[in-house]
Amino acid sequence: MDFEDSAEEAAFRAEARAFLEANAERRKPGAVEGYRRGQDAPGAMERAKSFQRRKADAGFVGIHWPKEWGGRGGTQIQNVIYNQEEAQFDVLSGIFGIGIHLAMPTICVCGTPEQRDRFVPPAMRADEVWCQLFSEPSGGSDLAALRTRAERDGDGWVINGQKIWNSGAHYSDFGILVARSDANVPKHAGLTFFILDMKSPGVEVRPIRQLSGSAHFNEVFFTNVRIPDNMRIGPVGGGWRVALTTLMNERHGMRDSPGPDFQELFTLANQLELEDGLAIDNAAVQEKLADFYVRSQGLKYTKYRGMTALSRGGTPGPESSIIKVVAANKLQEILSYGLDLIGMAGPTMGEDMPVAGIFEEALLYSPALRIAGGTDEIMRNIIAERVLGLPQDVRVDKDVPFRDVPTGSRG
Amino acid sequence: MNFDFPDELKQLRDEARRFLSERCPTSVPRRILEGGEPYDRELWRSMAEMGWTGAAIPEEYGGAGLGHLAVCVLAEELGHAVAPVPFSSSVYLATEAIKLFGSDAQKQQYLPKLAAGELVGTFAMAERPGPADPRKLIAHVANGHLSGTKLAVPDGDVANFAVVAVHGGNAPWLHLVDLGGSGVTRATVTTIDPTRSHARIVFDGAAAEPLPGSEGAESVRRLLDCAAVMLAFEQVGCAQAALEMARDYARERYAFGRPIGSFQAIKHKLADVYIAVELARSNAYYGAWALHSDAAELPIAASVARISACDAGWLASKENIQTHGGMGFTWQMDCQFYYRRAKLHALALGGTREWKQRLIAELRTRNTIALPTD
Repeated sequence: MDFEDSAEEAAFRAEARAFLEANAERRKPGAVEGYRRGQDAPGAMERAKSFQRRKADAGFVGIHWPKEWGGRGGTQIQNVIYNQEEAQFDVLSGIFGIGIHLAMPTICVCGTPEQRDRFVPPAMRADEVWCQLFSEPSGGSDLAALRTRAERDGDGWVINGQKIWNSGAHYSDFGILVARSDANVPKHAGLTFFILDMKSPGVEVRPIRQLSGSAHFNEVFFTNVRIPDNMRIGPVGGGWRVALTTLMNERHGMRDSPGPDFQELFTLANQLELEDGLAIDNAAVQEKLADFYVRSQGLKYTKYRGMTALSRGGTPGPESSIIKVVAANKLQEILSYGLDLIGMAGPTMGEDMPVAGIFEEALLYSPALRIAGGTDEIMRNIIAERVLGLPQDVRVDKDVPFRDVPTGSRG
Repeated sequence: MNFDFPDELKQLRDEARRFLSERCPTSVPRRILEGGEPYDRELWRSMAEMGWTGAAIPEEYGGAGLGHLAVCVLAEELGHAVAPVPFSSSVYLATEAIKLFGSDAQKQQYLPKLAAGELVGTFAMAERPGPADPRKLIAHVANGHLSGTKLAVPDGDVANFAVVAVHGGNAPWLHLVDLGGSGVTRATVTTIDPTRSHARIVFDGAAAEPLPGSEGAESVRRLLDCAAVMLAFEQVGCAQAALEMARDYARERYAFGRPIGSFQAIKHKLADVYIAVELARSNAYYGAWALHSDAAELPIAASVARISACDAGWLASKENIQTHGGMGFTWQMDCQFYYRRAKLHALALGGTREWKQRLIAELRTRNTIALPTD
């Protein structure tokens, strides 16, 4: 039992680190530049694309993809090792995450070789950027309740409807889209999966301003948008199975929640004066700190156990669902507690605070992390059903034609 | 990354699981709960024959020489089976104390018999309600004779000898006392978990032999750290068993025309238990690594493993009863074993409040903290 890389893993890590040292800036220790502001900085997209091209050329995009997809043909553990190294550098790979981690694996697994060869190379080099067009006002956690219509018209399809929560749709070239091609069959059976050119006439992207004030995601409206049939992935009415392929990739890619962690709270507690001295000397504060530390460590070593399984050639399973649930909730609780300690001066977003506003900034984006990519509640269902083997909930809409499924007044 | 137990120890775990599922179903702790025996002597003998009691004792002292990791995998299975045996007292505490602080003569004298299961040892520390701070102990040794009163000594009524903690000043803080000797009065006490016997022991000038290496309060803490890691595995096993029991019941029990496990109120509750157990297991692995590799961060790793295991055991055992509803609260159901044992474990080496304080104190003494970075 140890934390060491095998000889092959160590060699790969050295290669990854050498590439990163040559092509990116190391994150400054203790830098408080804001965890989410990077994307909004001027020139961010150009810098991100330039790095992504070099990363693809060096063989660090699609590390664990088979060679016929255009990948490196490496292992899952190499992918994790690269990500560990990259996390120490100031790069914006996240912009291309939907294309690389969700859209391309879906196209490769469920699409045709022609579709794969057309779309994978430009996505890897960031010549084309992708977004995901799944959720709707009436279908989020209940994705299969989506209502955007796809109607057959000659050699193609006509799309009408609306999507929501589409990260990066405003700068994307293509999107993966699920639409309802048949409302006369139960909801899962009437869906079809498409690739949509975001420049098609009739596509309108409207940014949504988030609680935090940023606008990273959008609503996308479709008015008589035409999609050629060769942009369909999988069979007509087979869209749910294709969408599940995407969602599995989304869940397996579960990463930690970015933001202040135990270290930042510990630093704060070491600086902040309470009634009777430093916060770190207060027994109540110590007890809370210990709880957060135990959760942080539990998460870290759960990931190490997962990495060990990958290192031995295993694949990530639904167990990885716990990472996101624990990380997102821990983040939100740490932020709230840190601000409580700061007290009356806590609301300030300014630079004169002991931790320079990062708790305040993260407080406002943290709610999204408990929702995006599967809500806490959906993740708990996955753990209960797929890991513990508990039976599914009763689904009153399961065997009913979609047009007859009751809808409420909110969406 | 190789953060897992080696294959031969996984094999040992499988063997232990098979043996205990056959030899120690819940009817065994029930027999101890309802009968007069303090523990299952036959089971103890079998475990000794298989080498479990000497798993971490070096071969030169009659043990199997498999190291701490082997004890960890056995502990997990014993916790899962809520086995009514003095394993934690004798192996994690008494054996460990002699290995850590005993002279070679003491090791020669005690370890082979501990390995063979012929001797049962225990550890006596608590003297009053409140934190078990070694610096506040009243028990003392004068001219080789120990006096003082120790409360809730696990297996104190059945153990042959005890490692007794005293305020040693500049002399050793841990002493071996023959519990069958003169000057020792012990009385079995009723506890929250009668499947593990406990005693109140009064020492009145009992002959005591110092463990020469146990100098300073830190040696007592060191022993508690080592034991905490091994006990954490027992706690994880117990929590896992409670979760499995709740899961099985939720699949089979119908209400409102369907299995109660199909209701999200039950699903989400058990998902939270699963999360707590997995975090505790991961933290216990970290403790095992620190113990096995004699790492400087053992005090941190042991504290983290212990706090996490106590939390998981409590959550899993109480929510198992809750999932069973009224039936869970009956004598006839097995839910009680996990509930009793989980809280017993959580008190055994001191409550989580003490361990949290210790954890933060340890983190403060280190400028560089082992931090989650990815």
